[in-house]
Amino acid sequence: MKEQLQKDFDNTIKNLTLSQRDIEIKKFYLDNFINKGFPNRKEEDWKFSDLNQIIKKNIGELSFYSDYTSTNKVDTSAFVDGLEHNKIVFINGRIEKIDFDYEKKDQIEIIDQSETINKFNNNSSLSDLNSAFTNKSFKIVVKKGYQLTKPLIIYHTTNTKIWSKNINLRLNFELYENSSLRLIDLFRDTSEKNFLNIFYNFDLKENSILKNYKVDKFENKNIKYSFNNIEQDKNSISETFILSSGSNFCKNEINCNLNGEYSSAFVNGIFSINNNKHHEIRTIVNHLTENTKSYQLIKSVLEDSSRAVYQGKIFVNSQAQKTDGYQLSKAILLNKDSEFNAKPELEIYADDVKCSHGSASGSLNEDSIFYLMSRGLNYQQSRELLINGFLLDVVEKITDPEVKNLVKNMIGIKE
Amino acid sequence: MDNRQKEIDNLKDYKYGFTTDIENTRSPKGLNEDVIRFISKIKKEPQWMLDFRLKAYERFKQLKEPDWQKPKYPKIDYQDLYYYSAPKSMKDKPKNLDDLDPKLLETYKKLGIPLQEQKRLNGIAVDAVFDSVSVATTFREELTKQGIIFCPISEAIQNYPELVKKYLGSVIPVTDHFFATLNSAVFTDGSFAYIPEGVRCPMELSTYFRINASNTGQFERTLIVADKGSYVSYLEGCTAPMRDENQLHAANVELVALDDAEIKYSTVQNWYPGDKNGKGGIYNFVTKRGLCKGKNSKISWTQVETGSAITWKYPSCILKGDNSVGEFYSIAITNNHQKADTGTKMIHLGKNTKSKIISKGISAGFSDMTYRGLVDISSKATNSNNYTQCDSLLMGNKCGAHTVPYIKNKNSESNIAHEATTSKISEEQLHYCQQRGLSAEEAVGLIVNGFCKEVLQQLPMEFAVEAQKLVGISLEGSVG
Repeated sequence: MKEQLQKDFDNTIKNLTLSQRDIEIKKFYLDNFINKGFPNRKEEDWKFSDLNQIIKKNIGELSFYSDYTSTNKVDTSAFVDGLEHNKIVFINGRIEKIDFDYEKKDQIEIIDQSETINKFNNNSSLSDLNSAFTNKSFKIVVKKGYQLTKPLIIYHTTNTKIWSKNINLRLNFELYENSSLRLIDLFRDTSEKNFLNIFYNFDLKENSILKNYKVDKFENKNIKYSFNNIEQDKNSISETFILSSGSNFCKNEINCNLNGEYSSAFVNGIFSINNNKHHEIRTIVNHLTENTKSYQLIKSVLEDSSRAVYQGKIFVNSQAQKTDGYQLSKAILLNKDSEFNAKPELEIYADDVKCSHGSASGSLNEDSIFYLMSRGLNYQQSRELLINGFLLDVVEKITDPEVKNLVKNMIGIKE
Repeated sequence: MDNRQKEIDNLKDYKYGFTTDIENTRSPKGLNEDVIRFISKIKKEPQWMLDFRLKAYERFKQLKEPDWQKPKYPKIDYQDLYYYSAPKSMKDKPKNLDDLDPKLLETYKKLGIPLQEQKRLNGIAVDAVFDSVSVATTFREELTKQGIIFCPISEAIQNYPELVKKYLGSVIPVTDHFFATLNSAVFTDGSFAYIPEGVRCPMELSTYFRINASNTGQFERTLIVADKGSYVSYLEGCTAPMRDENQLHAANVELVALDDAEIKYSTVQNWYPGDKNGKGGIYNFVTKRGLCKGKNSKISWTQVETGSAITWKYPSCILKGDNSVGEFYSIAITNNHQKADTGTKMIHLGKNTKSKIISKGISAGFSDMTYRGLVDISSKATNSNNYTQCDSLLMGNKCGAHTVPYIKNKNSESNIAHEATTSKISEEQLHYCQQRGLSAEEAVGLIVNGFCKEVLQQLPMEFAVEAQKLVGISLEGSVG
């Protein structure tokens, strides 16, 4: 892999206009990645999902170079209907379109950061890989007091032009005081066997609100890793919803740093997977000051020989008195070959806190099915009704009504 | 006079902190094959036992010390320890208690474990282990009548080689982790109990461990086998003198329950925790594992962990037999600079297996407490159930309480439920108690005891009272 990395790295650098210093920095990250390699089960955070093995088994040899010189045609028919929205379109990792048509132009600033290296506050080898190979990266700034009228949808589209490729994306968001942003990540893949490595950084200033909905619904054979780092100032709110369903392997990591008083973080997720899929969500909420709040709810429905993993950590440092932290994960195993692993973790150094977590996994309750069948439903209908109800609980946590409907339609939940 | 006053003052904090001035026989310092041969020889062990030890030592040399645990400690120099230390008077084992060195009798009397006179009142058979040897075992005749074997493991190796050979290392193999392997290589003494088929052991069996000599590690090994349909309740207590250096205690405990058998294993661990500034104290790195080998068998662990500078142990149950049950009840209390990383492992292999985990952690002062547990339901363990509850109580903002459960469910017909909470004693509760005339300290004691009650209930009565007092003492000075 080392030669491949070196070669692809040299090719990537050629297409960029970087200063000698920046090249050195990128080289440094590359060397870091070469040393560490893809994470494996020996690392505590990857204990349940050995990415190194998964890539080996599903993809084999990866190539890290992508030719971004030619443009891809944007297929407008793929856009979400019935919901007016702003767009960012990635096709095969190349940014093709940024449009904020519905917003006041002077309130949103898009800064091209491709030629500056910004360090990511994460020591994993995947962030090194990302830093070494990201091609274009943008920073989106929402100005003070501006609240976007329409949601922003980021289309992550891949098509059959790419194969066994590693794609690295990075976006930075900064929400100034009293601003708000609704962001939907929509994955549409027709490609197979690629590894997407996505890093987002959010900086939330006082009183700002971020709502991020990550929807990976469409069947595909790709491997995805996505990392969200969210820095939160006083009174800010972040809401993250993850629908983890389509990809062969997908790991979402959410890291929230509650730096300011009265800030709060909500992370909710659904695993709805079948076949041999292997999905993971890992949440880390760091309560770093007084009076902060966090809430996580993760529900899984596992069919066939699928496997879901939830690792959730609530960290409370000694200054963070009056913290309120709650975490719940529930799983229904529908097949004898399915598997659910959880590691809900509390690390607490302050005494005046209310922190709890719960985790439960098991089968569908036969009594409930019996009850429904005695009311005239058949087995299949009863089963669906119960599963729908189970998942609806999480969907109802979405605070934005438009997005809630969109998600409901997507997973076919009826009320 | 001054010295005496000082000593008394010291003992106020930890009343078992005295030393017994007694002449010792020691092995040469360090760890090597010769030392292992020395231990084996002094114990007059047969060849197979020596081979067992050497095999473990071979393995040990290849292993690396684990470092994933939460409480970090300075590196232990395994060559700077004595692996065997015994009172000189024990060289030729005394025939009965009257021949026993009076100093030893005195020591155990001071610890509240009379080996002689009042013994019958207690109704508990005691095996007293002093450093590396077992000095006395009470009530032996009575137990023998029922066919129960209860004796030091070194005697069992000589007298019941077939039983020991069959079960020793069957739960914790010689190729286990670092500390367990070290123990397999150099273990010195401990208790052996065998309950024959269909016998319900009429009294509590108990072992009392005492570390006395300095610069030694204590490596004892306990093996309990409950044959078909039998029942035994076993208690374990431990103390050590106060010393400035840290001492290592790495014991192995193996339990085997055959068909329909039940073993109840209770520990009240009160090793010297170190002084207020975190100096000294015991490193308690113990491997405890129970195997529910037969169907309908049951193993239940109860532990009250109040002592040790660092406690690092996970009493586990391997639920191999169908319908077997594993239970784990734990109270862990850390104060001052103590650290604990403890919990359990429940490994479900058989069908219809059930496990229950109740863990209560209390941390005060500058201490740090971690619950770490594993619940693993394998794909063959159909219709199994686990319930886990771990609650932590924090006192003050200089301490930490952490929960790290690993939950693995590979069977769709099995259920796992886990819940954990962390909180402090609420002002309302305190206020309510104080309003009714309790002092702040009493109120805290009352609330803490209520918090621990679920676990304390599981202890045999004689121990429950002790443990309740211990809980109070361990937290003294942490309120306010």
